Amino acid sequence: MKTIKVCYFAMFREHAGVAEETLTLEAATAHDVFEQTRLRHGSDEPNGHCKVAINDHMADWDTPVNDGDTVLLFPPVAGG
Amino acid sequence: MIEISDSPIDTAELQRSLINPAAGGYCAFEGWVRNENEGHVVERLEYEAYKPLAITEGEKVLAEARAKFPYLDARCVHRVGLLEIGECAVWIGVASAHRDEAFKACRYIIDEIKVRLPIWKKEHYANGDSGWVNCERCAQHGIAD
Repeated sequence: MKTIKVCYFAMFREHAGVAEETLTLEAATAHDVFEQTRLRHGSDEPNGHCKVAINDHMADWDTPVNDGDTVLLFPPVAGG
Repeated sequence: MIEISDSPIDTAELQRSLINPAAGGYCAFEGWVRNENEGHVVERLEYEAYKPLAITEGEKVLAEARAKFPYLDARCVHRVGLLEIGECAVWIGVASAHRDEAFKACRYIIDEIKVRLPIWKKEHYANGDSGWVNCERCAQHGIAD
């Protein structure tokens, strides 16, 4: 099990009801974290249009996560 | 240089900051808050950004634009917070020796910023509803905008 701090933004924050939370998870990759938070908060957003960052660096969904990491989950962006 | 700002964008001051004796061309793009989207009457927009990565990713976009279309200087400012109809939400300015680089770099920068920076837009509608732009559409249709 790993202790991961997860940060939610925009729509994800509204679904989760919190901006961040620290979870103890069985997760090997960023995708595992995303899937478990999706189940936890009942979101139906597919990750195909979302982005992820780990410890303030943009990451891929198959990037490994480590105990103590901060995972930032970004819903589809819409700047401009 | 890229900036995420919670106060109105002073476009005249930004333009002055790019004045350069070696520049023969200057191109700017302003994104404004529109009063309609997909049939909904929009009353105002709310922008949210994750600043640390918006800045990092924005600087990467500017560096890529400079490598592709060598310019002398470029700046970009993106607003966050509540914006009213007609307000400037994003400003990009590029100064270059010749016009071609300025036009192309400006276009590259706005196109990349819209899809890469962690910035989100929530529309507030006249009927009292609100919605995050893109999110609902992606979820419904499984397509990227």
